[in-house]
Amino acid sequence: MNQTASALRILPEIILTIAGIAVMLVDAMLGKASSRKPLGWLAVLGALAALAASLWQYQLPAGTAYFGVVQTDAFSVFFHVLIAGIVLASLLITLDAVTDTTEGLGELFALILFGAVGMMLMTSAVELLLVFIALEISSISTYIMAGYRRKTAKSPESALKYFLLGSFATAFFLYGIALVFGATGTTRIDDIAAVLAKSVGAGQAPALLFVGLAMIFIGLGFKVSAAPFHVWTPDVYEGAPSPVVALMSTAPKVAAFAVLLRIVYGAFPLLHAHWVPVLWWLAVLSMTIGNLGALRQRNVKRLLAYSSIAHAGYLLVAFTALSADGIAAASFYAVSYAAMNVGIFAVISHAGGYDDRLTLIEDYRGLAYRSPLLGGAMAFFLISLIGIPFTGGFFGKFYVFAAALHSGLIWLTIIGLANSGIAAFYYLRVATAVYSRPAESSPVHTVPRPSLALLFALFLTAVTTLWLGIVPGNVLARAQTAAQTYPSVNAAAAASPVAQQ
Amino acid sequence: MLNDSILTLITFVPTAGAVVVALLPRKGRVIPAFTLLVTLVTFVLSLHLPAHFDYARHGFQFEVNLPWIAHPAIRYHLGIDGLSLWLVLLTTFLGPVGVLVSWRAIETRTKEFYFFFLLQQTAMIGVFISLDLFLYYGFWELSLVPMAILIAMFGRERGPRAALKFFVYTFLPSAFLLVAILWLYAKTGTFEFVQLQSLIASGGFAPEALWWASLGFLVAFAVKVPVFPLHGWLANVIEEAPIAMAMVVAGKLGLYSIFRFNLGLFPEQARAIAPLMIALAVIGLLYGALVALAQTDMRRLVAFAILSNLSFCTLGIFCFAVGGLNGAVYQTINEGLTGSALLVMISFLYERYGSFDMTRYGGVAAKLPMLATLWVVTTLALVGLPLFNGFVGEFLVLSGSFPVHPSWVAAATTGVILSVAYMLWMAQRIFYGQPSPLVANRVPFDLGAREHLTLWPMVLLMAAMGVASPYWIKGIESGVMQFPAITRSAGVTGDRQSAAEAVRTPAPSQTADAVAGGAR
Repeated sequence: MNQTASALRILPEIILTIAGIAVMLVDAMLGKASSRKPLGWLAVLGALAALAASLWQYQLPAGTAYFGVVQTDAFSVFFHVLIAGIVLASLLITLDAVTDTTEGLGELFALILFGAVGMMLMTSAVELLLVFIALEISSISTYIMAGYRRKTAKSPESALKYFLLGSFATAFFLYGIALVFGATGTTRIDDIAAVLAKSVGAGQAPALLFVGLAMIFIGLGFKVSAAPFHVWTPDVYEGAPSPVVALMSTAPKVAAFAVLLRIVYGAFPLLHAHWVPVLWWLAVLSMTIGNLGALRQRNVKRLLAYSSIAHAGYLLVAFTALSADGIAAASFYAVSYAAMNVGIFAVISHAGGYDDRLTLIEDYRGLAYRSPLLGGAMAFFLISLIGIPFTGGFFGKFYVFAAALHSGLIWLTIIGLANSGIAAFYYLRVATAVYSRPAESSPVHTVPRPSLALLFALFLTAVTTLWLGIVPGNVLARAQTAAQTYPSVNAAAAASPVAQQ
Repeated sequence: MLNDSILTLITFVPTAGAVVVALLPRKGRVIPAFTLLVTLVTFVLSLHLPAHFDYARHGFQFEVNLPWIAHPAIRYHLGIDGLSLWLVLLTTFLGPVGVLVSWRAIETRTKEFYFFFLLQQTAMIGVFISLDLFLYYGFWELSLVPMAILIAMFGRERGPRAALKFFVYTFLPSAFLLVAILWLYAKTGTFEFVQLQSLIASGGFAPEALWWASLGFLVAFAVKVPVFPLHGWLANVIEEAPIAMAMVVAGKLGLYSIFRFNLGLFPEQARAIAPLMIALAVIGLLYGALVALAQTDMRRLVAFAILSNLSFCTLGIFCFAVGGLNGAVYQTINEGLTGSALLVMISFLYERYGSFDMTRYGGVAAKLPMLATLWVVTTLALVGLPLFNGFVGEFLVLSGSFPVHPSWVAAATTGVILSVAYMLWMAQRIFYGQPSPLVANRVPFDLGAREHLTLWPMVLLMAAMGVASPYWIKGIESGVMQFPAITRSAGVTGDRQSAAEAVRTPAPSQTADAVAGGAR
């Protein structure tokens, strides 16, 4: 493989890096008093270019680059496009929420872009060490962004908590990689599978391997905020600025899910009898703890944090299906979750502003009266999160549970769908508040006029959500092609029936 | 060809209308007028269906069957048979009525109201005509959302609570419906109603699993009807919802679905659970009637009257006799019609006197003779006076199901008597006697042109459905006869009842003729 082709395989990452550096350089050159907002538009341009490059990557033949550590295939390109889209929408939301006086604006835009580089690299890395490096790139930028509202009490606390727990989790992940290396002698994902094929075929899998895999699960479980590794989520979401939450509740999670998919289906498909029950329990716990936790929340961002834990659970359901449909369902769900979650945080960050003027559910009372557009958008995204048909949220859930049921996971399906019934409660509480008349005594929260950037972001997310619900065929086909990257799945599933719970 | 696209048109003209409503200016009565136009166009389009319906043919007509999503195999498959034909017509007919009754009641935020109103039309029509289970489920769930939003935004003071209750009550069991649908898909690889029907009929399913699946369907539908112990949301919703929504919230969607899916897909299981459902229906019938007697709020009274009437339909369905089934469908339409008319008139009363409390009324007849007349006519139609639609439905249900379950049906007959009691008592308390202070102190005008326009079509239809019932019955019966549960029953059991049925079976329209004759 020649060098030009190698660069093309990481083209979106390169573009984002260049854009990030450009933002920082221009930031340094601008005068102290001048507005930093144009930097945001520069970053948006970079994200657009990265999105275009990601879409273009569909034309590349599948293959590896840089000594086989980076792989572009239908799977990684699928997630490249998704992450580029999320970053684009998040940048627009950030542009809308911040003011000229917001501290460190230039760095914020640069951090978003650099973080995105790490997330994208995570999805295309096929060497565990590169996965780790990419994970760190993405994590460090999100740690910083979580603490961006320095003047408040909550934000630094949230950042510190996130940083401490997060570095523990990455340490676990790294230790897991080391143990897997000890057991198999390699850190390349396809080599691990090949080594396993020999040793498991011979009827032996070293105990070291299981410990390593468990460590990897802990690390990634933290990153996707699956229960019981979820405790940081509500605090961090509450403290971080809303536009940043739009990004960090979606893009890093999506990337971590992609990594998890690649590891379990790419490296350890033969051990599925061992990891499927683990993921089964993680899914059940995440769904149940997420939904029950959300029921008790009065703070909207904390509520959405618990909801995101529950959604991580739904996504894990697809993992346990152990079929190409399951992988496709997980990928599709990631897209629809991202669209509706970024969308709802777009509304929150505009209505509440960068410094969170609206926090409790009651504060959202009458939003639809003050601004029909924002109220309608919020209700729409909530409806999608509930999983009402003809929205992306429904089709995603439908496909996930169809895949699970197809693999005979009837109890998981029942638990999951009962959970989505519970979820309707708390989403509806927010929706009802948005559409209730504000109390006479309550202070009037004025909603500023939506800026062009916000309209752009809302349009992008709402249309995607609706599109995924009504004509999901195109995205679905791409997700299914992406799932074909793991040919061993169906063979493994056929060889021995799924562990029934 | 219009025949190929008519169902798509009927379903999505309201949606297109809703999009236009969202773009119209909030000025004067532009939005309601436009919505009225849309609903009228939909109604006129839907008249194409009975005009070109082939009563002799079995199976679905006006079908559209296009691939929608390749994998999982989901198709855009619409079609109607005799069962859904009149329910679609009822829905489109109640569209303009709903707009007219909201004309004055909804003054603020008309854009939101009519947007969701039209979306609700689409969802309801979609439920009746979808033949792909995925599509069906989509419309089924979709029908909850505009309804809940409208109740929350435009209901009375406790609207948001009622909306939440309604949504949770109906959404939770839908989860199990979805599990059942997904399970069927996992086993068969298809969402097609007709294919599933033949696959299930040909066996190959574990009976126990089928049993659970049928329960998943039944519970979701029974809540929506509602059937007796699951009726907790009904009174709140009818009390709090805007009239246009209270008119359509209960009954037809759930009853139709029980018919189509529980009897259509799971005939054995439906038969097995019939005794329980009959008992619940009769209890609900009597319970509703008794509770209605104790109400002083008109809308609560109507809510329990509706519960009672709907239990009647459930009774008819689970007796598995052709007459009873015809009657159940007929009674579903009746309930939609008379219940709506009653709610519309209550809303007109409210617009004049500002109260739903019956005890504050009295002697209204002297002031509003026209309204009083139409009210009494509707009351009589509801309690089943011959010459009106209610009689035909009740007669068919009772006569059809009496031979099968004499004791339960005898108990149900008491409910009919009770319905006379609460309905006439309500009319007496509101319209007759000495004028109450509330009534005496106001000088309202009698029905205006808009109100005449709202009520007369309904009242005339009640009379028409009373005297010319065969016209409707022939369509319904052509739909009922194709259900596996019915055709099997004539052959399997050889006792007195099914012999009586067997006589009736070859000449389907006899029952209808007999009733019509009786009515004349």
